[in-house]
Amino acid sequence: MSGKATLLDARELDRALTRIAHEIVERAKGADDLALVGIHTRGVPIAERLADAIARFEPARPKVGHLDITLYRDDLTEIALQPVVKRTDVPFDVAGLRLVVCDDVLYTGRTARAALDALVDLGRPAVIQYAVLVDRGHRELPIRADYVGKNVPTRRDEVVKVRLEETDGVDEVVLDERPADAAGAGGTA
Amino acid sequence: MSAPLAHLRDVGDLDEGRVHALFDTTDVMAQVLERPVKRVPALQGFTVATLFFEDSTRTRLSFERAARAQSADVMTFAKGGTSLSKGESLYDTVATLAALHVDAFVVRHPAAGAPHQVARWTDAKVVNAGDGRHAHPTQALLDAYAYRAAGGRPFDATKVVILGDVAHSRVARSNAALWAMLGAEVVLCGPPTLLPPALAALPGVTLEHDVERALEGAHAVMPLRLQRERMDAARIASMAAYARHYQLDAARLALADPGAFVLHPGPMNRDVEIEGAVADGPRSLVTAQVAAGLPVRMAVLYHLLVGKEAA
Repeated sequence: MSGKATLLDARELDRALTRIAHEIVERAKGADDLALVGIHTRGVPIAERLADAIARFEPARPKVGHLDITLYRDDLTEIALQPVVKRTDVPFDVAGLRLVVCDDVLYTGRTARAALDALVDLGRPAVIQYAVLVDRGHRELPIRADYVGKNVPTRRDEVVKVRLEETDGVDEVVLDERPADAAGAGGTA
Repeated sequence: MSAPLAHLRDVGDLDEGRVHALFDTTDVMAQVLERPVKRVPALQGFTVATLFFEDSTRTRLSFERAARAQSADVMTFAKGGTSLSKGESLYDTVATLAALHVDAFVVRHPAAGAPHQVARWTDAKVVNAGDGRHAHPTQALLDAYAYRAAGGRPFDATKVVILGDVAHSRVARSNAALWAMLGAEVVLCGPPTLLPPALAALPGVTLEHDVERALEGAHAVMPLRLQRERMDAARIASMAAYARHYQLDAARLALADPGAFVLHPGPMNRDVEIEGAVADGPRSLVTAQVAAGLPVRMAVLYHLLVGKEAA
């Protein structure tokens, strides 16, 4: 499956995550009290990879949690199909931590809004920041990312597909036309 | 992504895939209940009405808590006794409440089929919280969920024995249908007066009068409460005689698989259908069953209400 344009190939994707890992630690002045929370589905491997990257230059690997935001979506009264609720696994107390929420694509900002609500229900973190591989614009809420792998101007009728080894067998980000009927396979936003 | 569940009037509204999806959702709901904030906004904007024509405070509170834990609005209509003639009063009540924009009715009624009637009268979703001797699907779901969560064998490798007063038990009917749907070998066991032969027609279900033979190799044993208040004639010689022949005691449980779990849908008559020591013993899931009620009902409401297609 090849898209219209490759935004990031495997090496560029790896470099982007490595840079974000350094930025996170630089901004936090170290990795103490730092935890990464990946949003299902593709935010999870991104959080794990950022933690691995940080562990390569810091004494300790940050804690990693997995967050499912389905129960916090703002469209559950109007959507046609029922989303599958997945487990949230944040196996540590978030109180007082610097949390970096990780996702693949930042688009309307609604997922980020839901993630903030979900995290606040788990406790009271000191700081919540947002890291994304691709920021494609078209925000519908006052949300911005703290760490961005690549800013990509897009049209609304385009889709950004993030594919990762862990979920899709390949590392790449492509920009494609939105299919007329439905979103295609892979992470689309 | 899937279509929402249309209704939960009895186990026939489910299929195997939906049951496993419900159990997966139940796992997540159980997590929510362990958090400092035991509430999610998933059902914000929905209204759930509990419509209880038969007393059951615990079941009603469980459904209401399940709705509120997902931020739904809740209306309660609890009618003690059955003094009103059921057909008309049920219709009028449903019509009145439907005008208040109810998205789901949770119905308990002494007459079998009442939830099916309600479903015909409204556009809202209907959950059966027990109708006569017919069905109590959320009880069956929580029983099976408790067995799964405790580490029970896969359902298609499970022999479950439902023991005792099957005749009067909607819980027995729903459990037999559910476990059979999941692929389990279901054995209904009890004295001939309490074991309607017609139940043998259920697919995957066999009847057995000999309790020792029934229990052999069982992985789940579910003694039922002896419902003396529903018995229209002398179905048993005496409580003592019943206990002597059918009580699940330690000696009988020893005939089952060593890893067998004991389930009791409650309320329990200790030392009648189940020996107290067995109910409190290491194989008992009674406490887990009670705990499973809330997250299972949360999952059921989510599966009914989220998604517009079948509404």
